[in-house]
Amino acid sequence: MRLTIKDHIRETRLFNERTVVALIFILIFILIIIGQMVYLQIFSHEHYATLANDNRITIRAAPPTRGLIYDRNGVILAQNLPSFSLEFTPERISNIDETIAAISEIITISESDIDRFKKQLSQQRSFVSIPLRYQLTEDEVSRFAVNRHRFPGVDIEARLIRDYPLGAIASHAIGYVARINETELKRVDPSNYSATQFIGKTGIERFYESLLHGTVGYDHIETNALGRTLRTVKRIAPIPGEDLYLTIDSQLQQIAEKALGKHRGAIVAMDPQNGDLLAFASMPGYDPNQFVTGIDVDAYKLLQKSPNNPLFNRALRGQYPPGSTIKPFIGLAGLEYAPKKARSNNLCPGWFVLDGDERRYRDWKKEGHGMTNLDSAIAESCDVFFYSLAVDLGIDTMHDFLSQFGFGKKSGIDLVGESNALLPSREWKRGKYQQPWYPGETVITGIGQGYTLATPLQLAVATATLSNRGIYMQPRMVFATKPPNTEDIDFIPPNTLANINLKNPGNWESIVDAMVHVIHGPHGTARHIGHKLPFKIAGKTGTAQVFGIKQDEEYDKETVADRLRDHSLFIAFAPANKPRIALAIIVENGGSGSAVAAPLARKIIDAYLLKSPT
Amino acid sequence: MIHTPGTPRWGDRRKSRVFVRGLHLDWPLVVGLILLSIVGLAILYSASGQDSDMVNRQIIRLSVAFFIMFVLAQIPPHYLIMWAPFLYGLGVLLLLGVLIIGDEGKGAQRWLDLGIFRFQPSELMKLAVPIMLAWYLAESPLPPTKKHLIYATLLIIVPVGLIAKQPDLGTALLIAAAGIFVLLFSGIPWRYVIGCLFLITACTPLLWFSLHDYQQARVLTFLNPENDPLGAGYHIIQSKIAIGSGGIYGKGWLNGSQAHLEFLPERTTDFIFAVFSEEFGFIGIFLLLLIYLFIIVRGLYIATQAQDTFARLLAGSLILTFFVYMFVNICMVSGLLPVVGLPLPLISYGGTSMVTLMASFGILMSIHTHRRLLST
Repeated sequence: MRLTIKDHIRETRLFNERTVVALIFILIFILIIIGQMVYLQIFSHEHYATLANDNRITIRAAPPTRGLIYDRNGVILAQNLPSFSLEFTPERISNIDETIAAISEIITISESDIDRFKKQLSQQRSFVSIPLRYQLTEDEVSRFAVNRHRFPGVDIEARLIRDYPLGAIASHAIGYVARINETELKRVDPSNYSATQFIGKTGIERFYESLLHGTVGYDHIETNALGRTLRTVKRIAPIPGEDLYLTIDSQLQQIAEKALGKHRGAIVAMDPQNGDLLAFASMPGYDPNQFVTGIDVDAYKLLQKSPNNPLFNRALRGQYPPGSTIKPFIGLAGLEYAPKKARSNNLCPGWFVLDGDERRYRDWKKEGHGMTNLDSAIAESCDVFFYSLAVDLGIDTMHDFLSQFGFGKKSGIDLVGESNALLPSREWKRGKYQQPWYPGETVITGIGQGYTLATPLQLAVATATLSNRGIYMQPRMVFATKPPNTEDIDFIPPNTLANINLKNPGNWESIVDAMVHVIHGPHGTARHIGHKLPFKIAGKTGTAQVFGIKQDEEYDKETVADRLRDHSLFIAFAPANKPRIALAIIVENGGSGSAVAAPLARKIIDAYLLKSPT
Repeated sequence: MIHTPGTPRWGDRRKSRVFVRGLHLDWPLVVGLILLSIVGLAILYSASGQDSDMVNRQIIRLSVAFFIMFVLAQIPPHYLIMWAPFLYGLGVLLLLGVLIIGDEGKGAQRWLDLGIFRFQPSELMKLAVPIMLAWYLAESPLPPTKKHLIYATLLIIVPVGLIAKQPDLGTALLIAAAGIFVLLFSGIPWRYVIGCLFLITACTPLLWFSLHDYQQARVLTFLNPENDPLGAGYHIIQSKIAIGSGGIYGKGWLNGSQAHLEFLPERTTDFIFAVFSEEFGFIGIFLLLLIYLFIIVRGLYIATQAQDTFARLLAGSLILTFFVYMFVNICMVSGLLPVVGLPLPLISYGGTSMVTLMASFGILMSIHTHRRLLST
């Protein structure tokens, strides 16, 4: 039985017992401390005294060399060039402001240099040297050398600076490196970046940052009392980053960029067999070199505020209505899910009405195409045929079918910031607008207008998948890497993401034939690009409205301001029977797809298939 | 009658009692604490690079802390019994408040901005948890029953969990220790203690994965500082160099090269012990440990002399917590424990934890000097 009255004597005895135990433990713990001090201060005293004595050993991080970037033929796209920079070691400089003022009398130092320097000064340890100016001229280097005695703690260092020898070529694919900022430092392992000044900001440089960067090394440096380096005691060499081989063909890339010229637009060319992106052009571009050591504020504003938006990666993030380029995919859906309609002949009077509705959906050809079937509807780009086919298919079937080709989804390319664009569905509309799906919206979805948006990359991937008869290859920018200190190249196997199975595989050929007729048929919308070819091109033109034309409104090209003109689109692959290149071209406000975008495709296909030896 | 406050006269009970009764101070403790403060100020002067402004600010903080100790010494322990549940409840509410609306300082939410000043509720819990537990366990006969043990454990886990979530692992462990000390002093059977130790060892892997990245990094660095000599390992390497190069006699006051050449990070706060060791050597450390030991033994003596269970448990827990502070700090600076960010009591520069610590000494003194009043 438990006592309810407290037993004071027993409790006191218990407490005193515990106190004694506590005291014993305290004494043991204090002995442990004393033991450690005996070890550190008596037995290891010599060792630590040497470390701490007159000669000071400092540990300095050595940055790894960033991996190089090559194109598919070994042309160098990103390299590291030595460059002289003026560096301060803060712990050795008594008055930093005075030193900067004195040094600016012999070397030009801008306000932005000082701002950046001050920011870095507050973030780093005082023994880590911080660059004040990059890319000194030889003249400046020699002027400093003469005056060096006046500036203890200031040195000229040769550092490696990223350089993009091709300048603006493929700038949106390669991206660029620039100085690390605080947010990026939080994303990476700070010790591995303790000597690193630059980090990949966009493009390949960003996506493959961890491969390109490498591992930091350490120099244990002995310095005298003034802090001058006497010798390196121990060196753990940094491990350079891996080299990357891009799938981009820089020749083809230049042709694509030149073809776009002054237009705003994008060209994505892909090898359907393995997903290699052969060209990835977004125009206008920019010179990535100006970002590396810090772009000045005015130049950056100019780029950012430019109406042509050169910093915007159109190929990856630009969202455009696909227009008629969607028709082959809708047509294929028709053959699968509404074969009766798809295989019938329809009369195109130049307009289409839904049952029980007044509204007329116009064809681009005012007088109509007459009797059409699927083949001629694709070759001549008849809208009415597809209005009617879309109604028979319904939005749900179209959504599910197009989705298999990658519309409305990220393609899985190895670049950061890809856009999903938009493949509309009932659920999407209910979620976004709290409205049901209207039949009229199904009609215009059939010709790639309305809500539907696609990126040039998505269009290229969809075209490649169609050309492959359903094998969906993951698009990729890098096909091989080379680890440091070896000559062996690691090839990355291509990745098949999906295989679209049709109920009737013959339907692939029906659509491919129709697309061949776009270029090689007597009435094809792009027949002007089909002359003198040893192989057949399959393609589809598209002219996407930028703004809605009201019903029955007369539409005058001349009066429409440049920015409201139609986007010009073209998708193609060649050779049609055994495709080696698939591409998507978008020229913003270019006008008709057949007149502007299609001839560009011919240039690229010629360049790739007629000239390249492989 | 002449009595010099500098000499501890605790052997002479009758005389000291006469003197003490008025001020409710325990002179041996006061002497020990003042000695520590003087050592602290001297080493701070050196560690800060002879910055007298910093020393002055520390003197002001010390004065405030001693004043708070004095005030708490005037409050008889039975008031603490009355306040125990309210203090505890308030503390838990404030901790919840911090989690919801707290200010972020150094990446962790610890502060509550009260407009005029910022307040760290976890500091309050350092006192509230042992007070609450001592009150709860002293209510019924000791050793506590299983039911009481379970409730007592919950009383510890709730605030500790909230603080660990901030995340402030150092303080959370300290408060857990304060609570566990009350349990140990209450006489829970040793087999429970050993069982718990086994359980904790078994749960170590689980605990590991619940740690934040930077906390994991600290532990890894502790295990092998040379792996990361510029990152997290830097503190420990430099601190060991400072201690080891001090040798038996030290380099002398103001002569520590490691500290003055700015190799040693946080040399005025958490790592001040390394500066002390470099300048005063092994002999200095030995004497410093003697001062600490003197204060701890005096604290334990006060605990054994306390007249009721509540006071006894509380006093025991408070003095052991003080020991943990010192022990953990010295161990982390000398590379025996991972860096958890606890200051060296009364020596490190900084005010928040010092005030709490001195408040706990005020309570100890109150327990000792109000004995007569309670028993009459």
